[in-house]
Amino acid sequence: MTSDVMTLTASAPWLEVDALIDDPGTRIVVCCGAGGVGKTTTAAALGVRAAERGRKVVVLTIDPARRLAQSMGISELDNVPRQVKGVDEAAGGELHAMMLDMKRTFDEIVEGHADAERARAILENPFYQSLSAGFAGTQEYMAMEKLGQLRAGDAWDLIVVDTPPSRSALDFLDAPKRLGSFLDGKFIRVLMAPAKVGGRAGMKFLNVGMSMMTGTLSKLMGGQLLRDVQTFVAAMDTMFGGFRTRADATYRLLQAPGTAFLVVAAPERDALREAAYFVERLAAEQMPLAGLVLNRVHGSGADQLSAERALAAAEALTESCADRPAEEPGPATGGAADGGAVDASPDGDPNSPPYGAGSPPAENLGPDGIVDLAAGKTGSRTPGGPSPAAAAEHTASPSTSAAHLAAGLLRLHAERMQVLARERRTRDRFTALHPEVPVAEVAALPGDVHDLAGLRAIGDRLALRPGEADG
Amino acid sequence: MSRLHVVSGKGGTGKTTVAAALALALATEGRRTLLVEVEGRQGIAQLFETEALPYEERKIAVAPGGGEVHALAIDAERALLDYLQMFYKLGGAGRALKKLGAIDFATTIAPGLRDVLLTGKACEAVRRKDKSGAFVYDAVVMDAPPTGRITRFLNVNDEVAGLAKIGPIHNQAQAVMRVLKSPETAVHLVTLLEEMPVQETADGIAELRAAGIPVGGVVINMTRPALLDNGDLEVAARGARAGIAKALSQAGLGGARRGGLAERLIDPLLEQAREHAERVELERAQYAELTALGLPTYELGLLPEGVDLAGLYGLARDLRRQGPI
Ligand SMILES: Nc1ncnc2c1ncn2[C@@H]1O[C@H](COP(=O)(O)OP(=O)(O)OP(=O)(O)O)[C@@H](O)[C@H]1O
Ligand SMILES: Nc1ncnc2c1ncn2[C@@H]1O[C@H](COP(=O)(O)OP(=O)(O)OP(=O)(O)O)[C@@H](O)[C@H]1O
Ligand SMILES: [Mg+2]
Ligand SMILES: [Mg+2]
Repeated sequence: MTSDVMTLTASAPWLEVDALIDDPGTRIVVCCGAGGVGKTTTAAALGVRAAERGRKVVVLTIDPARRLAQSMGISELDNVPRQVKGVDEAAGGELHAMMLDMKRTFDEIVEGHADAERARAILENPFYQSLSAGFAGTQEYMAMEKLGQLRAGDAWDLIVVDTPPSRSALDFLDAPKRLGSFLDGKFIRVLMAPAKVGGRAGMKFLNVGMSMMTGTLSKLMGGQLLRDVQTFVAAMDTMFGGFRTRADATYRLLQAPGTAFLVVAAPERDALREAAYFVERLAAEQMPLAGLVLNRVHGSGADQLSAERALAAAEALTESCADRPAEEPGPATGGAADGGAVDASPDGDPNSPPYGAGSPPAENLGPDGIVDLAAGKTGSRTPGGPSPAAAAEHTASPSTSAAHLAAGLLRLHAERMQVLARERRTRDRFTALHPEVPVAEVAALPGDVHDLAGLRAIGDRLALRPGEADG
Repeated sequence: MSRLHVVSGKGGTGKTTVAAALALALATEGRRTLLVEVEGRQGIAQLFETEALPYEERKIAVAPGGGEVHALAIDAERALLDYLQMFYKLGGAGRALKKLGAIDFATTIAPGLRDVLLTGKACEAVRRKDKSGAFVYDAVVMDAPPTGRITRFLNVNDEVAGLAKIGPIHNQAQAVMRVLKSPETAVHLVTLLEEMPVQETADGIAELRAAGIPVGGVVINMTRPALLDNGDLEVAARGARAGIAKALSQAGLGGARRGGLAERLIDPLLEQAREHAERVELERAQYAELTALGLPTYELGLLPEGVDLAGLYGLARDLRRQGPI
């Protein structure tokens, strides 16, 4: 643990977001990452920022939060980009946004590739309906499909793509292939055989093995189900090759130089582990990684005050409040520090180490430690031993409510510092593994992000050079 | 009392963690529970710090008071093969089907078929009895798909009905639905006190209810204590700065005078307090939305260092303390 804290100095290169989105060579930005980390928010924020910096941008969002979609005017699933109002177009850019309608996209492919009658047969087939609405991977496939369409249209300077809320960022890359190879598989051909030969002398072309197979399937699924599958497969027959070709084309698009992947992650162990896998995978696929967006990072304007000191001080204040109207502040400050630490761990977690167990005291007393310059007194007290009595000689006793409030502020600060330290540890672990990956940090906003102002705020943070203060 | 507990919720809110804690909580006092996962992610093994689970029920933990938690990672392909074997003694043909990709086909092209196999296996465990006629498991807890997919997942009957109108799959779906729609089942939703998960929870409950699937409770996960409230902030706003500075100084954090260390801490500390208050306010609003759903709620605090085994047992204890779930 100690060494963990001591290796904090590792610093990643800075991901210069503005340079990325301003570069006319950047045509596609893909925001990937594990579920819930802020992919949609990042994609939308990048879109707003790039548009306000003068580019003609389209953002393809997937399942945006309702209020965010409303504020961008894309609550309707019509699969067409809509111009977003309220974006500053002074620099000559504009923002269009759309929400992916996966079923509609699938239907459109079918309609585009089959004559009207065949298309209707497919669209009405229960199997098709099940596949287009719920196949694990359909959403990823259709997102890629839509990206391919938007790119082929060539109406945009920049396409920002959000990715589906899959459990793993890798799904975005894997699912389309899975769907493709699945639709192209051996079994499909077996199923197709009887349907193709249809009512003619059909069955005799099938070898015994196959008829046993279809017999078994028919028993298992019920004859009608098998027939549905066969009709579906037969109707889709001409399209399967098309699916694979399209998937392959989009895949190549993702490897092209104008494409940039951004991996979004929260500064948490699981999310960063996932991000590391993804980074490795992109390299293996020769897909261009622009960098890591570390989202919802916490900071503190008072980070020179360590969690331990803040807690000890809070404890001392609480004791002095409790002692009132007794004149002397409580002397038992050594024990107070421990009490504070236990207090601060949320109930139900008696097993977790008290605050600060992971940090050596060396970190607590930073180079500019707590020294009371004004009063000319050194404050280099041990974390457990603040000395309220000494301080009280110089200051009139604060009111109980102020002391109570100050204690609250200090506890809050201690909690914040704990979060900071933990986030830093996880980030540094990632940086140690992938020192080459540029990083941008986005501070956590206190509330949700659901309007253009919020997206701009995220955009501003995205473009900031990270962590000079906590160097 | 339900015997099949299905744990869903928005992605990342803690479904796997809560399902495991619940399986532990329900196993106390010498009872035996089965914790199942259905998405092939080995989340349970990770949580219990054991190697990957095979397709086989095995004991993974003991609960306080001598209870046992068993675990099973249900795999749709294996479930289908088992099923074929059981009903058709397929043996070699099963393997041939697998080779052709038929199993893959059946379990992926129609999510309904896949789901009926997964839920079917869980329901089988719920109903399984030993020789003496007693249930093998006192409860089965499922780490289920997220809220967005849970109703489709559980409502296999509707899903499969359009596909298989007769035949064994149809019958299986019917049997599964009888369990899932009975009071034996309870679907619990895990949420955070954030807008999106709460919205999803409300939507999910409406969907489940519309489908006639019994909803159990709402588990509010990763709650954090409110260290300061608006009242405190008002005190601060009313110009208590001097008082706070004195208090900080008294606590040994430097000088209270202008430019003194304690005085310079005030702005950043108050800023953090404002952010905190904003968050508390948001959480309160989300909490109100949740309580308006009219379901029992359970709260689990955020473990600052993440969830390890000890933490998991702690969460299980907290669940139990909050009454029967
Ligand atoms: N920097 C931030 N500060 C505060 N809140 C944020 C921040 N980034 C994202 N959020 C909030 O977090 C929630 C999840 O974000 P978002 O929907 O972008 O994630 P996602 O990765 O797209 O999720 P999913 O995997 O479900 O698609 C939203 O409510 C959003 O407003
Ligand atoms: N009460 C808690 N305190 C601290 N961390 C928690 C708590 N509950 C869950 N976590 C952590 O949050 C993360 C997500 O939890 P978990 O994997 O259980 O969620 P999930 O809903 O199953 O996610 P997924 O949608 O990916 O399956 C994990 O890192 C877990 O350790
Ligand atoms: Mg999203
Ligand atoms: Mg999980």
